[in-house]
Amino acid sequence: MHHTTAAQGETKATYLWVWGALLLLTAVEVVLAYKRVLPPVHMLEVLLILSVVKAGLITMYFMHLKAELPRMRWLLTVSVTACFALMWIFFFRDADRILTLGVK
Amino acid sequence: MATVQHAVHDTQGAYEPSLFGTYSKKIGMWLFLASDSLTFGALLFPYSYGRISNPAWPTPFGKESIANATIMTACLLSSSLTMVLAVMAANRGDKPWTRNWLLATMFFGAAFTVLHAMEWTKLIGENMTPSGNPWSAVPLFGGTFFTLTGMHMLHVTIGVIYLGVIALRKKFLPVLLALWLVGWLITPASSVFHAGIHVLLVGAIVSAIVLFLKPKDYDANDVEVSGLYWHFVDLVWMFIFPLVYLMSTKI
Repeated sequence: MHHTTAAQGETKATYLWVWGALLLLTAVEVVLAYKRVLPPVHMLEVLLILSVVKAGLITMYFMHLKAELPRMRWLLTVSVTACFALMWIFFFRDADRILTLGVK
Repeated sequence: MATVQHAVHDTQGAYEPSLFGTYSKKIGMWLFLASDSLTFGALLFPYSYGRISNPAWPTPFGKESIANATIMTACLLSSSLTMVLAVMAANRGDKPWTRNWLLATMFFGAAFTVLHAMEWTKLIGENMTPSGNPWSAVPLFGGTFFTLTGMHMLHVTIGVIYLGVIALRKKFLPVLLALWLVGWLITPASSVFHAGIHVLLVGAIVSAIVLFLKPKDYDANDVEVSGLYWHFVDLVWMFIFPLVYLMSTKI
């Protein structure tokens, strides 16, 4: 029976690069927050995009999801993303409505 | 009573090949992590909802808090690096370095928890409670903040105990009990952590049950599965840090 093993074809250098990229993205987030270049809603969107990139690096390289069979990778990614998309639709559209229209 | 014969798992043809091409423990952990991510999602989304829909949402995190949270983030990211190095060492059968990297991961995890506890103590000292805060009339801030970060702190603590069991097995139990006792004695009785430190005692009891009822030498697969849990804890913080701290900076 074929079992995928962790770290296929990955070296210490790969992990160090990923670690460095994660630290760099964190620094970018901190600078963005301190400069306050965007209003809260847009800042939230930018920070979330950066967080998703960081989460992608962690799952694909550190958790070796990249090395798993495509069917496992897609099943996990699509199911979790679909649940979060539902949460996003219900929560954030309503939060934005309160901001733009006011509480009726 | 009929004798039950157990099939040997590695026997060729005894089972159909795994649908996902990997061992069941790893699939089980992935399924748990998928469900746990929804738990954190259910806490993160209401927090973010409150943050952007309330113009009066408090912004109590000054430079000191942000610096502290940034160091905490660096600790968790570094712990993920040491964890993946532990998995590498386990895969090549290098037991001493597997243990060393696991201990390094535990060190970073423990440092994260201590720094987080200090942050909580500071906020509680400024009269922040789960139902109120001194900065604004938005009571939800305290409740959502403590629930979200407390849940994450609990996950990190459980992760450190999990890695301790994998790295040191039964030798970890006296260490954990000593940490619990020292932590309980040095924490002021008025602190929330005087009661919270009992998580370590519960962890020691659960670990003892697992270690004594099913003693085994943990292999590379066990290290990899524990690594999945640890990286997930790191991953969740990648969302908590910007959403909770960076969205509420006090400049």
